[in-house]
Amino acid sequence: MKLPTDLLYADTHEWLKVEGTVGIVGISDHAQNELSDVVFIELPKVGTQAKARTNIAVVESVKAASDIYSPVSGEVIEVNMDLQNDPALLNADPYGKGWIYKIKLAQPDETKNLKDAEGYKAQIGG
Amino acid sequence: MTSSGVDLQRTPLHAVHVALGARMVPFGGWDMPVQYTSILKEHAAVRTTAGLFDISHMGEVRVKGSGAVAWLNETLTNQVEKVSVGSSQYTLLLNDQGGVIDDLFLYRPGEDEFLLMINASMIEEDIRALKSHLNRSDVILTDESRQTAAMALQGPVSSIILDRWIPGASAKLPRFAIQSFETSFGKISVARTGYTGEDGFEIITSSSKAADIWNHLLKIGQSDGLIPCGLGARDTLRMEVCYPLNGHELGPEITPLEAGLGIFVDLNKPRFPGKDILVQQKANGVPRKAVALLAQVPGAPPRADYPVCKDGKIIGKLTSGCLSPTLQKGIGLALIETAHAMVGNTVDIEIRGKYNPSSIVKKPFYQKPK
Repeated sequence: MKLPTDLLYADTHEWLKVEGTVGIVGISDHAQNELSDVVFIELPKVGTQAKARTNIAVVESVKAASDIYSPVSGEVIEVNMDLQNDPALLNADPYGKGWIYKIKLAQPDETKNLKDAEGYKAQIGG
Repeated sequence: MTSSGVDLQRTPLHAVHVALGARMVPFGGWDMPVQYTSILKEHAAVRTTAGLFDISHMGEVRVKGSGAVAWLNETLTNQVEKVSVGSSQYTLLLNDQGGVIDDLFLYRPGEDEFLLMINASMIEEDIRALKSHLNRSDVILTDESRQTAAMALQGPVSSIILDRWIPGASAKLPRFAIQSFETSFGKISVARTGYTGEDGFEIITSSSKAADIWNHLLKIGQSDGLIPCGLGARDTLRMEVCYPLNGHELGPEITPLEAGLGIFVDLNKPRFPGKDILVQQKANGVPRKAVALLAQVPGAPPRADYPVCKDGKIIGKLTSGCLSPTLQKGIGLALIETAHAMVGNTVDIEIRGKYNPSSIVKKPFYQKPK
């Protein structure tokens, strides 16, 4: 399982890349592997006020719909429209082209609640 | 063990699935492979080359005797006399309310010998119901499920692969035919039937030979693109051709007429369980009907239990649904009020608070080019 060390991870399997006051969010390699074929994603709307640990998007695999929880609070400022035409990017490149949305961090301290790669690895039994 | 503490049953191919790296899930009381690689890849293989499914979890009941034809005609819905020796038909077992206990395939290997292939989740209940209707000495009913294994070889090149193992076999098997063959793995039965909408074969064998045959088929079929396929692909494949699944399109409170399966019911037969209700439904019309829904615009996949609405009012619900891998559109099977159930009508599928417009279309969604 790929686990980039420059990312933070939620116990609900989302990753967060912090770039100053902006965060980029996606799902981990472990999560995409568990889901298997992603066939659809319901992206958040730009402008949505996300709250940490609440549902922000829905990713659908062949068999089931899965909730995506925002790792941090803030305003959604951009969403990855490529995922509309090619949801399989989430499987193929979960940390790169499969990014889901960008968020303006409302409470940067919230990142303390997330795990680093080692901590997340321990959770998923790596 | 499941979380409920009840042990799942295992087919004779269980160890093989695990060795192949399959993702195992509970299904109808059995520990079965949902996928080996990816559901979409396995689905595509069956539509373009071939796939191999373990269907050993299904039940096999043998019915023999001079009274077999008469008894089967009094017990199941379809007309058994239409089945010539060496052929088969789809049929249903109903309760006294006309609802479906199970749908099944009836094979006729001999003049007075029949083999019923029944759903894995219904084996005990079907046999209980069949036995409750059996009180004649000229019919012997035997549950052969435990000692029988089966696998389905399905796809456009399936006949090439079968013939590589048993030369000339496919030429001896027109659609719906069943025949036994002596092979290097012992005696087997092969039927030209399946649940995918592709050409294919269902291979019935003794449990002890199942793994050897499975491995042999995968080996000789590899160069033609044969891969093992799980229940995930089995479900998306059957949905594309609108085949019902017991527990979804069928159930104890759904009659075959509501489900659109009237052609498998012979109301001219003197009697069978549930006949009276169906006669009434034929005369008065059914209150709800099974329809095929095709999404009009790209959106979230339709799924079982999603409400179907018209002008904001709920008129029914989906019994199955998915994003069709072949059509790349949302497809669903639904049970809705008869008044709205006309091909060409538009209805809404409600998905997470949003209405997704869908058309009622003629079945099936996908048809093999002839």
